[in-house]
Amino acid sequence: MGQIELKGVTKRFGDVEVIPPLDLHIGEGEFVVFVGPSGCGKSTLLRLIAGLEDVSGGHIEIDGQDATDLPPAKRSLAMVFQSYALYPHMSVRKNIAFPLKMAKADQATIDAKIENAARILNLTDYLHRRPGQLSGGQRQRVAIGRAIVREPAAFLFDEPLSNLDAALRVNMRLEISELHQKLKTTMVYVTHDQVEAMTMADKIVVLHAGVIEQVGSPLELYRSPRNKFVAGFIGSPKMNFIEGPEAAKHNAHTIGIRPEHIGISSTEGAWKGTVGVSEHLGSDTFLHVDTEFGLINVRGDGEVGLHAGDSVWLTPDLAQLHKFNADGKAI
Amino acid sequence: MARKTSNRRKLVLTIIAWSIGFVIFFPILWTIILSFKSEGDAIKTPLQVLTSHWTFESYGLVQERSNYFRHFMNSVVISFGSVILALIIGIPSAWAMAFVPGKRTKDVLMWMLSTKMMPAVGVLVPIYLMFRDWGLLDTRTGLIIVLCLMNLPIVIWMLYTYFKEIPSEILEAARMDGAGLRSEILYVLTPMAVPGIASTLLLNVILSWNEAFWTLNLTAAKAAPLTAFIAAYSSPEGLFYAKLSAASTLAIAPILILGWFSQKQLVRGLTFGAVK
Amino acid sequence: MSTQASRAAARLMISPSVILLFLWMAVPLGMTLWFSFQRYNLLMPGQGGFVGFDNYKYFLTDPAFFTALWNTLALVGGVLLITVFGGILLALLLDQAIYGQGIVRVLVIAPFFVMPTVSALVWKNMLYNPVNGIFAYIAEFFGFQPYDFLAHSPLLSITLIVAWQWLPFATLILLTALQSLDSEQLEAAEMDGAGALSRFFYIMVPHLARAATVVILIQTIFLLSTFAEILVTTNGGPGIASTTLTYLVYVQSLLQFDVGGGAAGGVVAVILANIVAIFLMRMIGKNLET
Repeated sequence: MGQIELKGVTKRFGDVEVIPPLDLHIGEGEFVVFVGPSGCGKSTLLRLIAGLEDVSGGHIEIDGQDATDLPPAKRSLAMVFQSYALYPHMSVRKNIAFPLKMAKADQATIDAKIENAARILNLTDYLHRRPGQLSGGQRQRVAIGRAIVREPAAFLFDEPLSNLDAALRVNMRLEISELHQKLKTTMVYVTHDQVEAMTMADKIVVLHAGVIEQVGSPLELYRSPRNKFVAGFIGSPKMNFIEGPEAAKHNAHTIGIRPEHIGISSTEGAWKGTVGVSEHLGSDTFLHVDTEFGLINVRGDGEVGLHAGDSVWLTPDLAQLHKFNADGKAI
Repeated sequence: MARKTSNRRKLVLTIIAWSIGFVIFFPILWTIILSFKSEGDAIKTPLQVLTSHWTFESYGLVQERSNYFRHFMNSVVISFGSVILALIIGIPSAWAMAFVPGKRTKDVLMWMLSTKMMPAVGVLVPIYLMFRDWGLLDTRTGLIIVLCLMNLPIVIWMLYTYFKEIPSEILEAARMDGAGLRSEILYVLTPMAVPGIASTLLLNVILSWNEAFWTLNLTAAKAAPLTAFIAAYSSPEGLFYAKLSAASTLAIAPILILGWFSQKQLVRGLTFGAVK
Repeated sequence: MSTQASRAAARLMISPSVILLFLWMAVPLGMTLWFSFQRYNLLMPGQGGFVGFDNYKYFLTDPAFFTALWNTLALVGGVLLITVFGGILLALLLDQAIYGQGIVRVLVIAPFFVMPTVSALVWKNMLYNPVNGIFAYIAEFFGFQPYDFLAHSPLLSITLIVAWQWLPFATLILLTALQSLDSEQLEAAEMDGAGALSRFFYIMVPHLARAATVVILIQTIFLLSTFAEILVTTNGGPGIASTTLTYLVYVQSLLQFDVGGGAAGGVVAVILANIVAIFLMRMIGKNLET
């Protein structure tokens, strides 16, 4: 259970085509992350799968059944919203029970499922509270609880962590990953944060202006991005791009090198530059270096004793060099 | 503004504000006072009025002579009936416009508002004749229909502005959870919008309760609400101050109390959300 | 959130309101328009027929029309003047730190909840009455002759009653607007060296202007149909001294049974109200976009 197949799915708002025809296969039990900058159509795509928007063309199949014209409730999907969308007038228990009540489950089943979900999500002590009396993380868990009691074919997550503070976000990221390992249900997850995508996904779908740029495992995308957009979007800090004569030396229009693939030396190397801003985290050192090709970001392991104004030599690891042609495609 | 105001300034302003408040409230206060006086005492000089003895006799006489209670019930039935009817028609409409806005939603809203701009006197004649022909003159049903239609635009507007504040994600969540349209509106939207619906109800009941154009022109005796009941005192009973005061106090007391509760919503409702 | 299904449902759910309001507006208005071109008197059932613009000609050339038009303008203008300026002053006062602010507010708002027939009767008998009214006592106390307000200045007297009813509305809206003014803005102005008067004229007045416009427009809509106050106090008299357009149409159609003439007057009233309405709708429409 839990295969989703998009065939030529298109979405137009009026005359604006936000998603040109698009094909995608989401396999059973996969954790798929849609990632891309805001406005790339990733949320729209999720809402199309959910049935909250109509497709303008193409078909959506869930477990081999054509679900294109099914209302959201009939698609056996559950969704966790960005704002959690908890019902403020209902207790946690009633919130979680709501989908079961709508499905006309009997009271014994409802109680059993709620107990189970509450146990998994550590909500047992909060079942009588209202959403307003919960912290952000707890609300998030209630929203997930409401989704899991339905035992859906797949979970849809719409930027579920964006309203949490940084520390909590890391926690919830882990919890969702653990949940996926426990339930082994297909999950489709939308985020603009590539770190979330890299850490959680089995498969990442990089979207840009409604078009799928690349689909692959996190490391595939990191190691062999198909184009400049994916190369720049995946990985943090961002890949450095260099054009002109230096790129021509490598028979490319543009070359890209990740900050962690550049050697740093204060005495010798390929490129000479001056340190602009230096960030010392202890575990890493990030240098923003002014060179003849412009600003280059470099990551050094541990503490690198260079500061603003120091001269520095950089040496790219040629094995990790990415080459792109004039259209931005990887060569 | 956390700022120190001198106590003298505060005292002076307090005295001015209370004096003005007293002057504005005085006609109501005086009416209440006179209602507890005998007919003979009520027309004495103000000072004598205050010192004369207090009595409930006027209230008894008002009920006895003009059957206050029947008109009171007319007012209750007409104002609540018309507003509840308007809510039943208006809630689905407001839902549709707030959560499924289309290209023309704004135009529809503005058009609904424009019906409110039509002066009642412009349609008095046809409504009067239609009501005469359909036997609706001097009936509660007739007034419920007219007042419902009169308040429907305000009801829809108020509900619309309240619904707009409910995040649509919650309704979508309900839909994902398997709720049909009916369940979505009944179990999720309506309970969440209870405060908004309540203030819509309250304000429109006040407006209907005090409506005095249609109630005066379309009723005679049977269905006359309190507005028309009081108008009957215009002469010559108006000379009986104590009874007039008792009747007036009875007519305004319920709504005065409701009104004080709804102060905050009043602004929003009457300005169609233009001032919050 | 718009799927075909939800859009279809939305259309279905709007339609009762739209249809009802359309009927409520179009049918009677159409009939009024139709009657206004007919000879139609309930007392003379036999005579009828199309008379062209005769009803309008009679209505518009009737000297009573001009008196009524003038009275309407005077009433609306007078009430607006009192309520807007009074409202601003009261709102400024109520915005200050005073003891028992809540109670004063309740006292000031109270008249708005009094039904028009009651306030008209209370003012007519308890305040204006030249023998037993409070105003008469006050006049006598200071050694003046009591003044018969409703007989000698009927329109002014009615204006005062209506203004008393609407002052709370203006005050409440202006007060709400005043309280929504960002206090940091005022503090910034103070830091910039603006005195109390400059702060009032350069910061508060522009902020209040929008609310005041809303007050003026909404009140105008309601004031144009002032009816009960006139019916109860003066019946439009003495003579036609306090007859407004609304009241004139009422007299013509329901007291003189001249349906055709009354309808013509109704159409004129609708046209006048619409001129105001256009401005109001623009204001509110602009607000919708945000």
